[in-house]
Amino acid sequence: MAHFLFGNLTWGSLPHLWYTEGATASIALMGIAAAAALTYYKRWTWLWKEWLTSTDPKKIGVMYIVLASLMFFRGGLDAIMIWIQQAMSSGASHGYLDASHLQQIFTAHGDIMVFFATMGFLFGLINLIVPLQIGARDLAFPFLNSLGFWLYAAGAVFINLFFVVGGEFASAGWLSLPPLAELQYSPGTGVDYWIWSLQISGLGTLLGGLNFVVTILKMRVKGMTLMKMPLFTWTSLCSMVLVIASFPVLTATTLLLWLDRFFGMHFFTSGFGGNPMMYVNLIWMWGHPEVYILVIPSFGIFSEIVATFSGKRIYGYVSMVCAAISITLLSFLVWLHHFFTMGSGADVNAFFGIMTGIIAIPTGVQMFNWVMTMFRGRIRFTTPMHYFLGFVSLFTFGGMAGVLLSIPGADFELHNSLFLVAHFHTMIVSGGLFGIFAGIVYWFPKVTGFKLNERLGIRAFWLWLAGFFLSFTPLYILGFMGATRRLDHYAVTAGYQPYFIAAAIGICLIALGAITQLWQVVVSTKERKQNQDTTGDPWDGRTLEWSTHSPVPFYSFAVTPEVHSRDAFWETKIGRKELPPPGISLSRREAIPPSTKKYEDIEMSANTAMGIYLSAFVFLFGFAAVWHIIWLMLAGVIGAIACVIVRSFDEHTEYTLTAAEVEKIEMARKLP
Amino acid sequence: MFGTGGVFSPQGPIASQERDLIVTAVLLMLAVAIPLLAMLYTFAWKYRAGNPKADKTYDPERTRGVFRELIWWAIPAAVVAVIAVMNWQSTHALDPYKAIVSDNKPVTIQVVALEWKWLFIYPAQGIATVNFVEFPEATPVHFELTADAPMSSFWIPELGSQIYAMSTMQTQIDLMASSTGEYVGKDTEINGAGYAGMTFVAKSASQEDFDAWTASVKQSQNVLTMDAYNALMAPSQNNPQAFYSSFDKNLYGTILTRYMPPATSSDSMPANMEGMKM
Repeated sequence: MAHFLFGNLTWGSLPHLWYTEGATASIALMGIAAAAALTYYKRWTWLWKEWLTSTDPKKIGVMYIVLASLMFFRGGLDAIMIWIQQAMSSGASHGYLDASHLQQIFTAHGDIMVFFATMGFLFGLINLIVPLQIGARDLAFPFLNSLGFWLYAAGAVFINLFFVVGGEFASAGWLSLPPLAELQYSPGTGVDYWIWSLQISGLGTLLGGLNFVVTILKMRVKGMTLMKMPLFTWTSLCSMVLVIASFPVLTATTLLLWLDRFFGMHFFTSGFGGNPMMYVNLIWMWGHPEVYILVIPSFGIFSEIVATFSGKRIYGYVSMVCAAISITLLSFLVWLHHFFTMGSGADVNAFFGIMTGIIAIPTGVQMFNWVMTMFRGRIRFTTPMHYFLGFVSLFTFGGMAGVLLSIPGADFELHNSLFLVAHFHTMIVSGGLFGIFAGIVYWFPKVTGFKLNERLGIRAFWLWLAGFFLSFTPLYILGFMGATRRLDHYAVTAGYQPYFIAAAIGICLIALGAITQLWQVVVSTKERKQNQDTTGDPWDGRTLEWSTHSPVPFYSFAVTPEVHSRDAFWETKIGRKELPPPGISLSRREAIPPSTKKYEDIEMSANTAMGIYLSAFVFLFGFAAVWHIIWLMLAGVIGAIACVIVRSFDEHTEYTLTAAEVEKIEMARKLP
Repeated sequence: MFGTGGVFSPQGPIASQERDLIVTAVLLMLAVAIPLLAMLYTFAWKYRAGNPKADKTYDPERTRGVFRELIWWAIPAAVVAVIAVMNWQSTHALDPYKAIVSDNKPVTIQVVALEWKWLFIYPAQGIATVNFVEFPEATPVHFELTADAPMSSFWIPELGSQIYAMSTMQTQIDLMASSTGEYVGKDTEINGAGYAGMTFVAKSASQEDFDAWTASVKQSQNVLTMDAYNALMAPSQNNPQAFYSSFDKNLYGTILTRYMPPATSSDSMPANMEGMKM
């Protein structure tokens, strides 16, 4: 009976280790503090109505970024714990973590940083900016967007849930390769938590991807043809196409692994005809596109930034679009380069190696075009521009390391070494995070109505850059020395320790950089009166998002804009034919012709809490699947389906904002 | 600069070729990367806002026709084309399954990755060892690998290429040491709690020393029977070296087939990773 009710759950599943007790206590304290603050300031209704149940992509985007920041903090703590262990654990000292604990930490670090930090930031920025760039007031499917966010949020809670119930996370690496991740070698619940946190958040990602592809293809304003779209919208489209094409593979693969673990099947087991190499193939068919999902949107962000801050049209727009599309297509033809060392023949290895090398061509084109955009420009060294320069510098070397690894003969000596770890961190930190940081600083005034403090922003950038060099240069060297990744201990004679210590100092600088960024937000919020953006166009921008107010009103555009060319907003500022004479002031706000369009009624999508309820049922299902509680699994499925049915009978999904109301709000804004 | 050992102190022909390949590829790529970065920093400085000279040249609408843009495709494409040729040739030259040409007759050693130690079986010499492998210098060593554990990857950085050892499958690799010496071998793929301690000593000795060593192992009291193997198979960390004067003749075959379904184990052969042909 107890097993029927509670499955494999026992009292022993509750926290009993220092780190699970500590984490549970801090989760509880943070929850209590947040609840107390909400109660004290009487903000519960505000939180529920203005934020949690909102279907406005601008609100959802902010929620993505806030949650991704929390997960980034969690993943960063993991990184610090890994470095400290590796700096200490040489010879007689075995550090402060045992092997299994360290393995859980780096598994969680990888998954959290990829799925919950970087992906969350990207979905946040895409939600905030892409609709504005294409002149759309909302997404094609507002409810689906809310549901996608809440599934992502449920996955984020799920990946931390093992602290409270179970006490053990997966320890088989961020992709949980079998047979290590099979019951035979990983009998605990860690891998199940891994599977279901990815399943739940992956479902949200897939829904988000579908939504954005449809939105970008169908909801552009009049006049914005595909080849007039801003590059961030283009790269978001490419990234979301990759999501649609690759995430079902992840879902299917991890589901098969779960069938092995739950029903004792043999898809990927060592014995009984299971084929672990099939899993390796499948997971990388998703995994390689996934890295481009993370990096391509940042390419778009940098395209916007380098054009804006050089005061110039992007160089080679058509090339940039072709390059982004080629990367999208090629990313599906290279997965085998993750396992050249598994005994494929020379022909197969060489084919995948050469395909991988070919990706360097469109990537190189983008690099050159960005640099050529700066040529004969008028460059302002703002924080986003600093990140751009840091990105090109790091990404060039990271890319070289990548091309090197794409040559099987070189990979045979570098595979699974710290050189590989250094390579992909260079790519994801510069190509993913730096783009995200630059994008957040760049679009911050659009969302909040005030700019971030530039002095602190630039200081944070230098800390990040210096910290990155100090942490990852030693890793390239260690890789050449033959140091493998994921070591919980190494011999003194290996001579690794000085390099690991240098890397650990580097992570402290990075942590200081992250703290500075947080401080930057706090200081800027305090000084928001001085940094206010009253024009809606604080950077002399080029694309449509700068044509509306900052902060963006909830209806985004009072009148829908019209587009006649690329850089639609820039054109309205300068007129099509005349070039500004040298030395013209950067602020040309006056030049915008007053709109002749009248306000009209706007259809707005109404709030709904159904995304929250549905995700909660999916969450329960995942929890029950981890602990083998059959009745709860059924309850989760039935509840989720019931939510869909109830939602489909809801006829009040939209409301009308009348032209008079829009006019009233717009008039109020114009008053000083 | 790169500390002791590793990829930049190759001790055999495979590792030397791989070192040269790495250096050549890096130099080729620098030919694009250095001009790119030079342009980046030059333009950033020269066209900074507030530079009066740059103000005169400011050209906000500047862009060029499709043909001019093709230059920026051509430059990386040229380097990638050269690297692609290098890639094709070196991948075939360094195919782990390819025999190394030498006057000396190759030594075959069977390798089994266990939780968490390496078992070496010498079929010709009739001996077996754990976490220690010795072979004659300047002689190709033909390793045949499998696993009775999660996937592991077999790597002696100073001698070159690594290759995975996986249960129910056999992979191969040929390596050679140019002179005598002792090198560290390791697993590079995470395979459980004992992963970091799964190292072994690879010793290259003169032919006489190797023969003498083989003879001395032959004197050992330890015999690797099936029972002894099953005891050895139990997970253990930082396993000490061990030497066996003989082993059960069916041992390696049994390990390769032990995960086959019982009903068909008699008539099915393990997958031999002969290299997929396109």
